[in-house]
Amino acid sequence: MSETEEMGETVAIESLPLDAWHRARGARMVEFAGYHMPIQYDGIMAEHLWTRDNAGLFDVSHMGQLVFSGEGAAEALEALVPGDISALKPGRMRYSLLLADDGGILDDLMITNTGHGLYMVVNGAVKWDDIAHLREHLPDEIEMNLLDEQALLALQGPKAAAALTALGVVPEFPNILPVDRLVFMQAGPYLWGDVRLGISRSGYTGEDGFEISVLASDVSALADALCAQEAVKPIGLGARDSLRLEAGLPLYGHDLDEGIDPVEGDLAFAISKRRREEGGFPGAARILGHLADGSPRKRVGLTVDGKMPVREGAKIFDGNSEVGVVTSGGFAPSVGAPIAMGYVPTGLSEPGTALAAEVRGKRVAVTVTPMPFVPHRYVRKQGG
Amino acid sequence: MPRFYTEEHEWIDVDGDVATVGITDFAQGQLGDIVFVEVPDTGAELSKGGDAAVVESVKAASDVYAPVDGTVTEGNGQLEEDPALVNSDPEGEGWFFRMTLSDKSQLDGLMNAQAYKDFIADL
Repeated sequence: MSETEEMGETVAIESLPLDAWHRARGARMVEFAGYHMPIQYDGIMAEHLWTRDNAGLFDVSHMGQLVFSGEGAAEALEALVPGDISALKPGRMRYSLLLADDGGILDDLMITNTGHGLYMVVNGAVKWDDIAHLREHLPDEIEMNLLDEQALLALQGPKAAAALTALGVVPEFPNILPVDRLVFMQAGPYLWGDVRLGISRSGYTGEDGFEISVLASDVSALADALCAQEAVKPIGLGARDSLRLEAGLPLYGHDLDEGIDPVEGDLAFAISKRRREEGGFPGAARILGHLADGSPRKRVGLTVDGKMPVREGAKIFDGNSEVGVVTSGGFAPSVGAPIAMGYVPTGLSEPGTALAAEVRGKRVAVTVTPMPFVPHRYVRKQGG
Repeated sequence: MPRFYTEEHEWIDVDGDVATVGITDFAQGQLGDIVFVEVPDTGAELSKGGDAAVVESVKAASDVYAPVDGTVTEGNGQLEEDPALVNSDPEGEGWFFRMTLSDKSQLDGLMNAQAYKDFIADL
């Protein structure tokens, strides 16, 4: 086992259930969030474009899968996140934010009402901090379990629904829709033979697709069966990052952190209507103030003149004044040009605003642009 | 025309007092899809081990170092239009820049083809 130095301690890098599976398929492995993870197989560009045209299989088992149960779990979580969790119907999910007392973002996450409890997926890099925060702040009668026996896969792309259907995945109960009849942000229990799968129509690439929770002991067989189909290839973290950047989706620890509130992060949609009226979430005064009067700064998309990538950390200038910073950026394979996102004063956040970014001492012209850079292709309605 | 290699995966072809510099096939394979190359300006003074060029893949920007001291005589303009040449022909059409050599004895510290092959086999 390889080891990495962190904060003066020696921390072991752990292996995920599909570790050998990735290596057998020629993945280049890197350390991420404390785990060995595949950064790429064939190449980031090819994997990115494959996902946009076909279906890509991502191993996201490093993410934390949590289940909350007990009387009043939804109300208890609402003290920590700004979403309307008590209105979440069984089989529905919602993007939300774990907030610090001052309204800063501790993590972004997904919450699903499974009908038996609330299932939450949090970022791998901060999952232990999240768990500590949640346990400290939730009442003792709310039970929280980390599903550390479960792996998590994401199947993303226009051919994802057909691939999952071809596998012979069926609803576990008669009142559950077939997987291809789910709409974006809907979830349910399914069976693949006698293997139980928790499936949601969701993901973080901007494409249609699914996230699949499965027992770690069954995940290799499932990944094999999916990748046996012509339309499905395994995709690494590199393309996951370029896909989400094109989709305008923020990455925690880069585009979002404890110093940024939901309005600054351009995530006001995650503050539900009832919660805006009632408040009662951490940092409500600051966040509701920013909603009413605007925040001093805002996350925006940037197109970049020329071919030189503008990356995380590049300073943003308005004339000679430094006004902001790039938080994610790189070459966008589906756009065919560099793109970026970053923070600028709200007065300079209108689409079309001409700014500059500094790369290696040189100024590059950038323009504020609405996101996403590549249109989302979520399935929001089912015909017929 | 002898070719030498550095531990930072640059190659240098020496022809009299002038040399051509690029990155190795191993290096391009490690970097993946190259999307941008910044070559030095003609006339730039380079010192051995110092920054000379930048190569950017989808994922990250990496520095390319000068293998020896000297002055840049030409950057490969083709890489501006077609940075993927570094992937397709790293040790040919995908060269980065040409330079004069101020001190040919610096070549003695570099690897030949066999030594470089052994070096990357151990990585």
